[in-house]
Amino acid sequence: MDLTVIWAFIIAFAVFAYVVMDGFDLGIGILFPTIRVGQGRDRAMNSIAPVWDGNETWLVLGGGGLFAAFPLAYAVILPATYPLIIAMLLGLVFRGVAFEYRWRDPNHRAFWDAAFFGGSLVAAMAQGMTLGALLQGIEVVDRSYAGSWFDWLTPYTLLCGLGVVAGYALLGSTWLIWKLEGGAQKHARYLALRAAIATIVLMGAVSLYNIFLNAEYAERWLTAPEIYFAALVPILTAIIALSMIHAIRKDRNSKPFWLSIALFFFGMAGLGVTMWPYVVPPGVTIWDAAAPEKSQIFMLVGVALTMPLIIGYTAWAYWVFRGKVADEGYH
Amino acid sequence: MFDQLDALLLARIQFAFTVSFHFFFPAFSIGLASYLAVLEGLWLKTGKQVYLDLFKYWLKIFAIAFAMGVVSGIVMSYQFGTNWSVFSDVAGPVIGPLMAYEVLTAFFLEAGFLGVMLFGMNKVGKKLHFTATLMVAIGTFVSAFWILSVNSWMQTPVGHVMGENGQFLPGDSWWDIVFNPSFPYRLVHTVMAAYLTTAFVVGGVGAWHLLKDRANPHARKMFSMAMWMAALVTPLQIFAGDMHGLNTLEHQPAKVMAMEGHFESHPDGAPLILFGIPDSESKTVRYAIEIPKLSSLILKHDLNAPMDGLDTIPDHEEPPVGMVFWSFRIMVGIGFAMLGIGLWSLYARARKRLYDAPWLHRAAILMAPSGFVAVLAGWITTEVGRQPYVIYGLLRTADAASPLDAPAVAASLLAFIIVYFTVFGIGVWYILRLMGKTPHTGEVGVKRGDTGPIRTAGITPGPTQNPGHDEPLPAEKEDV
Repeated sequence: MDLTVIWAFIIAFAVFAYVVMDGFDLGIGILFPTIRVGQGRDRAMNSIAPVWDGNETWLVLGGGGLFAAFPLAYAVILPATYPLIIAMLLGLVFRGVAFEYRWRDPNHRAFWDAAFFGGSLVAAMAQGMTLGALLQGIEVVDRSYAGSWFDWLTPYTLLCGLGVVAGYALLGSTWLIWKLEGGAQKHARYLALRAAIATIVLMGAVSLYNIFLNAEYAERWLTAPEIYFAALVPILTAIIALSMIHAIRKDRNSKPFWLSIALFFFGMAGLGVTMWPYVVPPGVTIWDAAAPEKSQIFMLVGVALTMPLIIGYTAWAYWVFRGKVADEGYH
Repeated sequence: MFDQLDALLLARIQFAFTVSFHFFFPAFSIGLASYLAVLEGLWLKTGKQVYLDLFKYWLKIFAIAFAMGVVSGIVMSYQFGTNWSVFSDVAGPVIGPLMAYEVLTAFFLEAGFLGVMLFGMNKVGKKLHFTATLMVAIGTFVSAFWILSVNSWMQTPVGHVMGENGQFLPGDSWWDIVFNPSFPYRLVHTVMAAYLTTAFVVGGVGAWHLLKDRANPHARKMFSMAMWMAALVTPLQIFAGDMHGLNTLEHQPAKVMAMEGHFESHPDGAPLILFGIPDSESKTVRYAIEIPKLSSLILKHDLNAPMDGLDTIPDHEEPPVGMVFWSFRIMVGIGFAMLGIGLWSLYARARKRLYDAPWLHRAAILMAPSGFVAVLAGWITTEVGRQPYVIYGLLRTADAASPLDAPAVAASLLAFIIVYFTVFGIGVWYILRLMGKTPHTGEVGVKRGDTGPIRTAGITPGPTQNPGHDEPLPAEKEDV
């Protein structure tokens, strides 16, 4: 099999892992102002304190992996979305330190809670808009970004940004359903239902917009024989969305969370169908941007050796902190 | 504020600013992670309460430093693409994989085990918890290994071939690229610098509490451990630095000429310029205080060995002399001051007055932040000294930048400056506040939960009350 294709899937996996894992961390940040000060916020924060750092590492793998496997794509996308990337990084600075600082300084806890919320919101919005900027196409001349300053700011990118914010809020609230009990869980259900509806509506809007955005995207989704395969994605997405809403109303544990991950999975699969085989639409394919075979093989060895271990000890860390969060740490 | 500067200079300032800030945290956390592993290991081996208390005391500080290191480090991993896109495109096939290995073998290891290390003491067994601490410590070292390999390849690039599209492509052996000529020296010198940085911070904190209460067993233990590091590692570090310098002379002679302030060649023995003011305009060092022939002796091990000067290098290939000259002297000066503290501590220890030497303690407090200054000065020496190249001899810094306009970079630079000084300034303040608390028996570690980790620390009599933990702490034991 073509190494470049394997690498495209590895990067896609890293991005997906980041989106769902840091997605629920950022989602809790986005929802933080709606959670009651005191025990409510402490528990919500505690439910992710041991794992957020590992979750965020997938972003470094996504970025670092793109640099290593598709250096041209890395060198084009980041300058093209410069203000978004800087905003995301600064948002993540505030979000990350808030985990420690809010406990260190009870007198200014309200400030660090606000930083946790603001940082999460800015990072999520910037990530969604970066995705939008990529999908709407980036102008490349001579292996370099050739567009202008504000190409990344369009109604479409804003819509994508809102979609990601809503989606992260969905992941965060369904995680809280899993991790909390009683009144706090009830509040998480209330949030999850609204986030689910917002996510589904925005996903639909972005999908429709895609079809009008670019004739090639439309052709891919709407002509035979591709349509018979492509149509599976929205149909399965709809089925998952419905069962997720049902689970959010009824389930007491992890089912709504897993279903919201499944929703993201099909969203990502849809993106794959839309973009393939471009890594920077409309002109740069994965083969144009790929690193040479020697680099691909060297890294593939590393991934093959380390990824099973990484997944293993990450799963172990989650297992150590399993179960519902209670007042003072976990039981 | 920055409107008169061009985009390239702004991008360079931004990289220098963000990497300098970032470097402080790993410089501290590499050493601190190892120190924590040593403390926990000693606790498991001896069962002495003082080690557990010190572990928990420093763990709280580590948690903050590590969080700052993570968030400032993510900025670095994207900055190559945002501001140095030409560099990323052409060097990606060679250094990208090394950085991917850093993520796979170091970042995940640290981050994956950090949660258990910080919060899992009572959720997993003691041995498993120690394993988690060890993994975090190993992760910090592995991270230094890969990123210094990348940096060293940029300083002494070998093992690559040039592609038709202008990219640097891997040659026959990755071994050559990873273990490029300057890497072993840079790795040893930098990691020891991180250990010494931490040792002097720990020593300074111990000294501070000894001045307040010379009987405090926790302060005694940390001061003693730190002074052993100062006495034993500083001489090794000076030796390693000398070896690194000889390696630089071989591969980047212009950098050494700038470090030495040698504008002119010296056919029969070069002097060692102790101090002076390098003037790049007139190509002289004004008010120089020099020792004849000593530079030749140090660098060539021969008093009369000829030494080339910057007059043999075309002007457009020269690094900025003043910055390299001064930062090098600051680093070396601090190195010898550290050696002085180490020797002083040996003398005090031999006289059995290590805990009863207020002037040594005051000096140790003064030297507490010196490691950070030395690390930064050393970094400036090596990074400015390889200019005007980003990949030495092959890619000029001026040709490596992203196609960004000056106002965009100026705005981001301003944002970084404001956010970093505020956020990390506050973090450092929290760390100093924790260091100001007297270490005591029954120290509470990092804790989540409604009780909060801060309010209980320092006022809770340990053995009687241990909120949030299922089992009481081990009873107080005689220690030290």
